[in-house]
Amino acid sequence: MARHTISMVVENRFGVLARISGLFSGRGFNIDSIAVGEAAEPGTARMTIVTQGDEAIIEQIIKQLNRLVDVIRVVDLTGENFINRELALIKVNASQSTRQELVQIADIFKAKIVDINQKTIMLEATGNEDKIDAIINMVRPFGVREIARTGRVALARESQSKDTPSPEAPLPVWEKERKKITADLA
Amino acid sequence: MELSGAEIVIECLKQEGVDVVFGYPGGVVIPTYDVIQRTTELKHILVRHEQGATHMADGYARATGKPGVVLVSSGPGATNTVTGIATAYMDSIPMIVITGQVPVHLIGNDAFQESDTVGITRPITKHNFLIKETEDIAQVFAEAFHIATTGRPGPVLIDVPKDVQVGTAEFAYPERPDIRGYKPRTEGHPRQIRKAAEMLTSASRPVIYVGGGAIISEASEEVRALARKLNAPVTTTLMGLGAFPENDPLSLKMLGMHGTWYANTAVMMCDLLVCIGARFDDRVTGNLEEFSPNSKKIHIDIDPSSLNKNVRVDLPIVGDVKNVLQQLVPLVERADTEEWLQLIDEWKRDHPLTYANTIGVHEEGLEGVDRETVEKGTDHLPLCAQYAIERIGQLTKGEAFVVTDVGQHQMWAAQWYGFSNPRSMVTSGGLGTMGFGLPAAIGAQFAFPDREVIVFSGDGSIQMNIQEMATAVACRLPIKIVLLNNGFLGMVRQWQDMFYARRYSEVDLRESNPDFVKLAEAYGAVGIRVFKDEDVEGAWLEASKVKDRPVMLDLVIAEEDNVYPMIPAGAASHEMIEE
Repeated sequence: MARHTISMVVENRFGVLARISGLFSGRGFNIDSIAVGEAAEPGTARMTIVTQGDEAIIEQIIKQLNRLVDVIRVVDLTGENFINRELALIKVNASQSTRQELVQIADIFKAKIVDINQKTIMLEATGNEDKIDAIINMVRPFGVREIARTGRVALARESQSKDTPSPEAPLPVWEKERKKITADLA
Repeated sequence: MELSGAEIVIECLKQEGVDVVFGYPGGVVIPTYDVIQRTTELKHILVRHEQGATHMADGYARATGKPGVVLVSSGPGATNTVTGIATAYMDSIPMIVITGQVPVHLIGNDAFQESDTVGITRPITKHNFLIKETEDIAQVFAEAFHIATTGRPGPVLIDVPKDVQVGTAEFAYPERPDIRGYKPRTEGHPRQIRKAAEMLTSASRPVIYVGGGAIISEASEEVRALARKLNAPVTTTLMGLGAFPENDPLSLKMLGMHGTWYANTAVMMCDLLVCIGARFDDRVTGNLEEFSPNSKKIHIDIDPSSLNKNVRVDLPIVGDVKNVLQQLVPLVERADTEEWLQLIDEWKRDHPLTYANTIGVHEEGLEGVDRETVEKGTDHLPLCAQYAIERIGQLTKGEAFVVTDVGQHQMWAAQWYGFSNPRSMVTSGGLGTMGFGLPAAIGAQFAFPDREVIVFSGDGSIQMNIQEMATAVACRLPIKIVLLNNGFLGMVRQWQDMFYARRYSEVDLRESNPDFVKLAEAYGAVGIRVFKDEDVEGAWLEASKVKDRPVMLDLVIAEEDNVYPMIPAGAASHEMIEE
């Protein structure tokens, strides 16, 4: 079952989130993540839902969402050229001896250090889910105290080019570094 | 003009041409009821239970095509409407349910008679609203009526807090609203329609499968035109009964779990299945893997989410059924179906609907009883439900409004009444709501005071909303209740008989049923008890003389008769049990 990123513009009014989440639970569809915030048009919000299902289920999800009066537009971004991002706040144990290493890891992942004290560091990371998963995995050995993740937000690129990156495309920096560090730790 | 919220509510109803409201007052809707008592243009029907109000509005809507309107109070008043709203939602019936709510500042405080009405009804309404400002009432009502009656119709609920009813605002009824998230597509795609015409014309074993969508969209004429031009047989769902006359040689009558042998077999054997305003419900398809395995499928429906939901189709057409058929019919030509129709005629001869009454085995389409099969009949059976329904069908020339409850009597009514006209069968198909019949009949009788309205009910179903007898008596409605009384929850008993080795569990009402004749009389209605087949006609004629109150015909029928044919739940059509 493939994961799909469904992006929609909805009326920004009372109860809309309940209508949509109720539709998913009532019809037995999965929600992996859901993110909501104001959209460009006044009075509207954009909702990004990551869900799973075969083609028939995704078709039903989109059709059922379209039936809702408060839903203005629905697109399945999957298979299109789109940008997706997630933000995570990660609170990690950090003693004097480990702090330096954590700062290094944050640097590699272009994560920010947004809070620091004698015992912990809080990192703010953005990127796609793989990247967030990667940084969490990297800092886990230090002792992760709390994590807050936003869930995926996504937008289609303006250029409608459907080309996908070739397999030879260079790995992102953080991915190369992660591999190196993983190797080091091993 | 400055009006109170309650006055605006009533003005909106008048603007929408509403002439009758079914309701029940309570604490937080008293402001609106205060306006109702001085409004002459609007008739308010006081029900005895809010569920009754919703089924009445539903029956009214099914009989007329206009939205039925309900007005109830908050909390228990609102929660009592839930079953009726869900019933209407499942069958795509336009309805407006106005519920009172506690004052805005008390919402969320667990106030007296507070419930989260929009939360509770969200999954069973097409849309719902909570109004927080008096000045929003008119806009919300205009949107609500627009949403309820267009596209695939459905119930819309409007929750109106007490202080919103009391507050005042300028009133002007808006034009037809433009809702950016709600744009139903009604015109079919011309290219798809051309393709459909080609597929139809070149089919040699087509079947037209018609559902409630054809009734809702008033497309019965177009369905008939299509069938006759193409020379193709037509089967209808329970909700589609009446969309095509059952006495037409091209009719296969109803399909599905209790459909005819020949309809289900034709669907199984056809090379082209045209689904018009139906949704491949599990009671129609049975086992999806084996449903109509060799056919190409065309599906015409106004709701895109119905397409490819249960069955993958070769040609989906989104649009209003009537519009699409009007474009389609001129493009089709007579198909080469002679052999197919001959084969179907043989099936009809070899596998008719049958029942056994006191004299012998009766086959549909034949006068009386087939003497050669007399020995198969059981001679000591009491009154036969199927016979009574068929006889009443003949006596009313198939022209009455038939309303049913849910269970065996419902299936027998579907099989034996003989439907020829759209909107002549009012039944809870999707949700299967016992207790629907009597209140829905009251709604239908209000819609057409001069027409004969018959409720076929059972001794289980009737007791689920029996209190509405009082409403019918108060309104002097001459509804004929034909109670097929077998002392059992018959359909559940039948399943326990057939699939649970006759282990009857909690289905026996014989000891506890009231005397329905006395009960009718206690309400001020007429009660007539019938024990024998030969007394059905006389009792019916006596009942039809009563014009000013309901009549309860208590037909004491065979206790353990089953509905046949039957395709067990989840089985394929070739696994049909004929008897």
